[in-house]
Amino acid sequence: MGKLLEIQKLYKAYDRGPVLQDLNLSVEAGRIVGIVGPNGCGKTTLFKTLAGLINDYRGTVTIDGHSPDIYTRSIISYLPEKTYLADWMKARDALDVFADFYRDFDRRKAEELLRRFQLEPGMKLKTMSKGMQEKVQLILVMSRSARLYILDEPLSGVDPAARDSVLDIILNNYSENASVLLSTHLIYDVERIFDDVVILSSGKVLAADSVDHLRETTGQSLNDYFREVFKC
Amino acid sequence: MPDDRRFDSGLPIYLQLMQQIRQRIVRGEWPPGTRVPGVRELAVECGVNPNTMQRALAELEREGILFSERTAGRFVTRSTEEIERTRDRMARELTSAFLEQMGTMGYSREQIAALLLSWKDAGSPPESE
Repeated sequence: MGKLLEIQKLYKAYDRGPVLQDLNLSVEAGRIVGIVGPNGCGKTTLFKTLAGLINDYRGTVTIDGHSPDIYTRSIISYLPEKTYLADWMKARDALDVFADFYRDFDRRKAEELLRRFQLEPGMKLKTMSKGMQEKVQLILVMSRSARLYILDEPLSGVDPAARDSVLDIILNNYSENASVLLSTHLIYDVERIFDDVVILSSGKVLAADSVDHLRETTGQSLNDYFREVFKC
Repeated sequence: MPDDRRFDSGLPIYLQLMQQIRQRIVRGEWPPGTRVPGVRELAVECGVNPNTMQRALAELEREGILFSERTAGRFVTRSTEEIERTRDRMARELTSAFLEQMGTMGYSREQIAALLLSWKDAGSPPESE
């Protein structure tokens, strides 16, 4: 079986200069991969490229054997950094939207997750806290049976006490056929769920390794290692 | 109380998981011959990646404290001797680390023994005389 995701020499520049510079990365199915790096290292641009939202890149990107196209969009479930749901919607309306858009959306599962996290389907998104909104969006995204989940900072607005429950949503949905790419700056909270980690710096892969191998070779947790590498 | 789900030390997570599971076995939470929960279930419970949990369980099997039966799943060894050996080894490892640290503070074995014998409760240190 081939790699689920294969990226070779990915290059993308904006007006202000290059953001991704000859980035190489491959991910097998069944892995949870952390994408970490300082602000502006290219995480979001990488994700947008995979999600098919950026077309003017150089290099090759293949997802389940296809360059980003209609097929890859159908097997990718993407949680963007910023919300795209209209705030007049109730959680229930957002479920309707997903049910309309995505054939692989499991509404039953989403409803069950909402219940488990005590989110009221009749509540308007506008009246929810930022953390609640993010949970709703993550539940929507994780309730699709996709091959590749791309989660851009899923924890950023979630208070520390609720982070574990957000990670539980992800672990509960683990499947051997699918992989998860997750970017975060909250390494301390998340590293336990990663198989592998990719450390990006200025649009390049600084290190890509399994978390446990990194611990074996450095004698440090990923969090400590990251702090050491990017010490100012 | 340390949070078991944080894995703060620099040790590989699978090694820390192995230790947590050995503890469950030696304190009898998982008695000899019990069926071990599935990889997924344990991974969610411990808050780790299923592949990491799989590795920890496979290593414990290799160690002999767990065993697999092709269709029935994974079990704690039925050998109480094996469990006792593991318990003894864990105790020796802890003791050895403790003695080493006390040694770096210049304590003799006699002083350490006296200190231990004067200890009443698990948590709080007795008043020094």
